[in-house]
Formats: sequence, C-alpha cells, structure tokens
Amino acid sequence: MARRYDSRTTIFSPEGAYLTLSIKCPDLTRLSCTGRLYQIEYAMEAISHAGTVLGVLAKDGVVLAAEKRVTGKLLDLSSAKEGGGYGGSGEKMFLLNSNVIGGVAGITSDANSLVNYARTVAQQHLLQYNDDIPVELLAQRLCDMKQGYTQFGGLRPFGVSLLYAGYDPHYHFQLYHSDPSGNYSGWKATCIGANNGTAQSLLKQEYKDDLGVEEAIGLVLRVMSKTMDSTTLGSEKLEFAVLTYDQVAKAPKAKIYKPAEIDALLRAEGLAKKDEDTEMK
Amino acid sequence: METSFALTGKGYVIVAADTTAARSIVKMQIDQDKIKELSPHLLMAYSGEPGDTVQFAEFVERNIRLYQIRNLYPLRPAAAASWIRRSLAESLRSRNPYSVNLLLGGYDTSSHTPNLYWIDYLGTVVEVPFAAHGYGSYFALSLLDRYHDPEASLEEGLANLKRCIDEVAKRLVVNPGKYKVKVVDKDGIREVEI
Repeated sequence: MARRYDSRTTIFSPEGAYLTLSIKCPDLTRLSCTGRLYQIEYAMEAISHAGTVLGVLAKDGVVLAAEKRVTGKLLDLSSAKEGGGYGGSGEKMFLLNSNVIGGVAGITSDANSLVNYARTVAQQHLLQYNDDIPVELLAQRLCDMKQGYTQFGGLRPFGVSLLYAGYDPHYHFQLYHSDPSGNYSGWKATCIGANNGTAQSLLKQEYKDDLGVEEAIGLVLRVMSKTMDSTTLGSEKLEFAVLTYDQVAKAPKAKIYKPAEIDALLRAEGLAKKDEDTEMK
Repeated sequence: METSFALTGKGYVIVAADTTAARSIVKMQIDQDKIKELSPHLLMAYSGEPGDTVQFAEFVERNIRLYQIRNLYPLRPAAAASWIRRSLAESLRSRNPYSVNLLLGGYDTSSHTPNLYWIDYLGTVVEVPFAAHGYGSYFALSLLDRYHDPEASLEEGLANLKRCIDEVAKRLVVNPGKYKVKVVDKDGIREVEI
C-alpha cells in the first residue's frame, strides 16, 4: 500500500473501463455527500461485465462453474490440457488450498494478485497450526485486505469478486462470496459476474436443500447453459470444479476439471454440442 | 521435583499435576494449580524453570483464547499442539529460550476423540496414549505401560492414575503430596478428587 498520497491515482471511470489519470484528484478515500463509496460501486460495475461464476452447495460437496472470456483458436492451452498441476486454464478457477477452490470474476490481474495472497495466507496458517485453514477464515483474511484498499493508501479497490468453495471439519462444506468492498457472506447457491441476476433467480427456483453433489452438478450445468452468452456449452468456454470429501483418505478432495473431463461431463448430462449428423446418446 | 501425568481413555483425557511450589528445601505453596484451561476442551499441565513456566503457560493460554474469540471456534488439540510446538522451537534458538515442559490434553469436538500430546522444552511434540514429566515419570511410565487401556472407562482411568500417584509417593525421595486432577471430555473440563 502507498505510504503517502499521490496525485497520480488509478481510478475506475463511471463507464466501467479503467484508466490511469495523473490529475489532482480529491481524496479517493473520502466519502461523497451521499455517503457512498463510488470507487467500490464502479469496481462492482466492472465485475458485472466479467465472465459468470456460479456456485452451488450440496450436502456432500460444493460445485463451481465459470464462463471463460479469454478464448480463441490461437490461445495456447497445452499446459491446461495435460493438467500439469491443479487443473483450470488459470483464468477463472484456482486451487487456493487443498480444501478450498476459488472462482474469480472481474479484472484478471487483480484476481491473480488476490489468489496469490490467498494461497500465501493458507500456507501461513498451515505453517503455524499444521492444519488446513478454515474456509471462512480464508475468506475473512482476503476481505480484511480488500477492505484496507477501500480505506487506506489512496489506492483503488480490487476489481474482483470471488466465490470460495471449501470444506473444513468444523462446518463441513461451505460456499462464500466476497466483493470489492471487503464484505463476504455464506451462500447455499450464488452467482457473480455477467447475468448473475438471471442465474440467481433460476437458482432460487430450482435449488433444494438436500441436493447431492451429482444433482448439484446437473443444476449448475443447466443454469450455466441458460445464462451463458454462447449458445452451447463446451470445454473451451467452461471451467468446472467440484470439492468433495474423500472418506478413504479422510481429507477434502478438490478437483478442477480438465477440458476433456468437462466435455465428458457435458455429454453425460446431455448438454454437449450436437454434431450436425449424429444423434446424442 | 514437579511431577505431572496424563492418560487417555474412552472419550476423555485425565491430566494430573502435583500442587507443590518449592524453592530449595522449603515448600512455598502446597495448593498451586499447574494445569491451565486453554479452551473449553483443552487442558495444559506445565512444569520446568520457575518463572518461565507461568510466563509461557499464560502466553499460550492467552493466544489460544484469542484465536477462539477472534475466529469462529476454538483450535482443535492437534492444531494447538502445532502452534505450541512452533512457539517453543522459535524460542529455542533465541537469546533466552523458555525452559518449559507440557502435557496437552484435549477433546477434539470435530472428530470426537481424545488427544494427548507430550511436549518438552526443545519443542518435541509426540501424540501419546499416556505421558508424564518429571522424576515421577520414571515410575509412572512403567506402570502405565503395564496397566493402561485406551478404551478404559473414567473410573478405571482414575484408578490407574491413583496407582501412579501412590507409587511416586512410595518411592520418590521428595514426595509431592497432593495432586490436582482435571478431566476433559465431550462435556468440557471438570476437576475431580482422587
């Protein structure tokens, strides 16, 4: 964080895009007459144009799905295909710790910074207590940092909302959402990013309390297909992750699906792209 | 001189420590409580260098309590043991290390099991079914090797403890006299008369 105020401040412009201005700005951190923190609202506006991230809590797991915006033929995703590591193409879904998966929506570079911070926090906890960080605690740490950026230093807030899907022995499976203001809440099902209003109402109608993780996967994919911009679901546009508990290893199991696995899942749910001449099984 | 014992049983941990505070040949106090209650389900008996003991024990107690107040739930025994171990290990290579030995007994409310840890001033931590510190350990450990049962009821556990206390009274030159005995189980902590 800045040690002194600067006349060069990076701000969000009202239209949602962001630019660097070197003008003598009034204090970024002072509240306007209406008492609203505009920078935070602008950050949330930026996020509402980002790829959707959807999360659903089941009684034996948590499911996350996200729409990728960075796609294209020339994109080199060879490392993602083989999975060298934790899965995901590095745009929406991240393994924050062995018991928490994070889905991000908003400005990708801000998101990467927060994900790195979350991972460091989780490992520091592991170092001190030899125990996986409780999910809510991880969310709180990130939120404490995000809040700091709304009050100190004259810096702009992070333009990222996150969904945290995790497991800990205290409260078992949990789903949290945090936003640029540094506020967080726990959810049974929620959505961030573009079309989150539509997705949220769909979830409200279809969510049931006793969902198993398989049904949750089905629900998530159905809602995603209705809210995503593209006409059909496919692994180039979709990132998918599931967090369950392995009874044999007695440990949480975080799985971020590889593209091939996503396609297989979509075929199994009957939501994959149909070929022109062949029938769906 | 300072003796402490602990043993696990079916859903409980018993922690006992002598109540004598002695300096040279004089017993300064005969009712000192050397078992700190770190959280609703965590007990810690301490012994070692006078001064260091209470200082470190209170440091641990306050930090564990802070965690519980700040966060949503108390630290589990395993996590508390790790934190204590790290504190001792960091102290060891500092200018003035803490010279304190501990017995950490707790009930893990998530996994519903009793846990007992033997911790020494070097930061050694081992999870054990029963443990002891001090000269009394020379007598207690052999007895517990022979008689301890991890599935014993509380009455049987207390009988085993009494056996250890009686042996120390019989054989140790400087008899500690009275002991404070505390039990931790799913319902929390309580003191028992032995």
